[in-house]
Amino acid sequence: MTTLSKRHRTGRIMASLFLASTIFAIIALITLLFSVIDQTAGYAFLEYSVSEEDILPYDDEGNMRSRESLGDEELIAVIGENISQRRLRALEAETPLSELSRKKIEKLYMEEVLDPRAVRTWSLSESVMNRQGVLDWVEENAEDGHLIFRFWLSSDFLSASQSSNALFAGVRSAIFGSLMTIVLTIVIAFPLSIGCAIYLEEYARDTRVNRFIKTNIYNLAGVPSIIYGMLGLGIFVRFLSPLTSGAVFGKAEGAGDGRTILSASLTLALLILPTLIINAQEAIRAVPRSLRESGFALGATKIQVILHHVLPASMDRILTGTVLAVSRGIGETAPLVLVGASTFLTQDPTGVFSRFTTLPIQIYQWTARPQAEFRNIAAAAILVLMILLLSLNTAAILMRNKYRSQRRV
Amino acid sequence: MTGESLAGRKRPGESIIRGFLIFAAGISVLTTIGIVITLCKESFPFFREVSLLEFFGTIRWQPQVGAFGILPLFTATLLTSLVAMLIALPAGLASAIYLSEYAPERVRSILKPALEILAGIPSVVYGFFALQTVTPALRGIFGVEQVDVYNTLSAGLVMGVLILPLISSMCEDALSSVPSSLREGAYALGATKIEVSLKIVMPAAFSGLAAACIVGLSRAVGETMIVALAAGSGPALTLNPFKAAETMTGHIVRISGGDLSYDSMDYNSLFAIGLLLFVITLTLNLVSSTLVRKYREEY
Repeated sequence: MTTLSKRHRTGRIMASLFLASTIFAIIALITLLFSVIDQTAGYAFLEYSVSEEDILPYDDEGNMRSRESLGDEELIAVIGENISQRRLRALEAETPLSELSRKKIEKLYMEEVLDPRAVRTWSLSESVMNRQGVLDWVEENAEDGHLIFRFWLSSDFLSASQSSNALFAGVRSAIFGSLMTIVLTIVIAFPLSIGCAIYLEEYARDTRVNRFIKTNIYNLAGVPSIIYGMLGLGIFVRFLSPLTSGAVFGKAEGAGDGRTILSASLTLALLILPTLIINAQEAIRAVPRSLRESGFALGATKIQVILHHVLPASMDRILTGTVLAVSRGIGETAPLVLVGASTFLTQDPTGVFSRFTTLPIQIYQWTARPQAEFRNIAAAAILVLMILLLSLNTAAILMRNKYRSQRRV
Repeated sequence: MTGESLAGRKRPGESIIRGFLIFAAGISVLTTIGIVITLCKESFPFFREVSLLEFFGTIRWQPQVGAFGILPLFTATLLTSLVAMLIALPAGLASAIYLSEYAPERVRSILKPALEILAGIPSVVYGFFALQTVTPALRGIFGVEQVDVYNTLSAGLVMGVLILPLISSMCEDALSSVPSSLREGAYALGATKIEVSLKIVMPAAFSGLAAACIVGLSRAVGETMIVALAAGSGPALTLNPFKAAETMTGHIVRISGGDLSYDSMDYNSLFAIGLLLFVITLTLNLVSSTLVRKYREEY
């Protein structure tokens, strides 16, 4: 074999190694997605706290009447007999039971009376491919319970709030918290980033101060997010707590400390600001000089040229970069843990001075629990988060294309 | 012409806008100042109690008995970051070479977005992946007695996948900024494609590749959620990647997630760890940006 063909052969081997490395990343991605989806549905074996035989009424022939055959008032009566008086009074105070829809009554019956616990759950792949194994387990170990096939990501999951029972927990407060936090973050960070980028690109002369500002921004972009969390904890939560808790405005809730959506948004805004600034800078730099020159030639002031010509021309790139930074902000967990995201929030946040929780925080919480059913709802929450991020990024691409087609430049 | 000024009235709104622009630029400086002040101020009480010698020299971190040696947390951070780099650096560099030198346009248009998706997945999801899939796989391969439920290897592997796209894109930038005249010259002398990539382009882009490596390392050191979920929840001084060990970032998250009273030793120790973390990542980032500037200047 000549040296040339040997060299070519080495070349081909190395090329396939390179390709293999890239494929490795793709395989990792697919495995990750699969392991998330795999946990979002499957069989679950539930045990009820009371046996239905003990509480449901019997008909005249001595057969137990099924839950479905009971009328609304009869079911309410069963509920009333099997929960404590105090609980009944609390429920009646919220909404009189007779006014609830059938669906809600049945839900109440499930949650308050039957109080199911998940004994064991199976993943989607196990449930589909090893159905017999599941049934065998149920036969061996089941005493008094029910095997159901459950989609952990359901409309109930989206509309329920936190609960210590994995079967009833949902992400409603988390979704609100995430959305409110990120909207406020954008409101704070977007104008600031554009302002800073305009200053750096259009106004700043090459002085030591301005060079320092530029290198400073690059360094800030590389600081780990947890450090921003510590900044938020030290300054926004603690030092500025009269402001961030709303005490200054008389709107403080609960304990009145700074662990509010406002602190979280300020922290996240500082976190994504360097990335936004760098992105906006590059977008503004890409606008051709001729656009500016023609504006000046027609007598426009500098600010008019910037606001009416340069910014619109660079807006598509700025927006795309903003959406990417926002995606990162939505997924951030560590800084929000430090800033005091709630671990167990049952009420939805009502304003910027509320306590809050976010989707990634819930995912973190639930993943950290050892019971298998919490893994399932963590996976469901991950799916919600990914869908949110996917829609965001798709919207960004669409927006960018729309702006690009509108540009006359 | 009379002495009328041709410059025109200064519109009043413009000075407000200019003030806003300068304020916006100042925010970034204020952020850095804020970080430094907060970290120093809150860790100062800690360092009054615990000497630097004890902080860096002793080998136990147990606040209950007053032992504050950073070494267990530090070695765990080091271990996870090294494992992550062992995965991400070769694979990232190799995929960068493939994407910039070899890949046909159609393959590139699929693979690059896929890598971007990988980079966009939040780190909690990676943590879930580590706990749910990677750790059981490791326990299946190496045996349940060998591998703990929480271990640094699993966290490190998943972290490697996390930072792989980052290293890949930075390496790609470095490789493509090498002027084609170098490549053309080598081809003219009869080099094969692989020889051009490995022996000409890579050494030429070396400072950029080194910068990518350092940025990846800095990212791995600062990564929190993966290690918080998968690496362990107690400080342990061990070099065995199969055992559980808490990293600096994992410790910070765990302690601050619980009941934390201001000005307690626990609270101040967090900021001390944070200060160390900040110094490490800042140094790494400064080194890498000097390297980047160097290779950008050369070409």
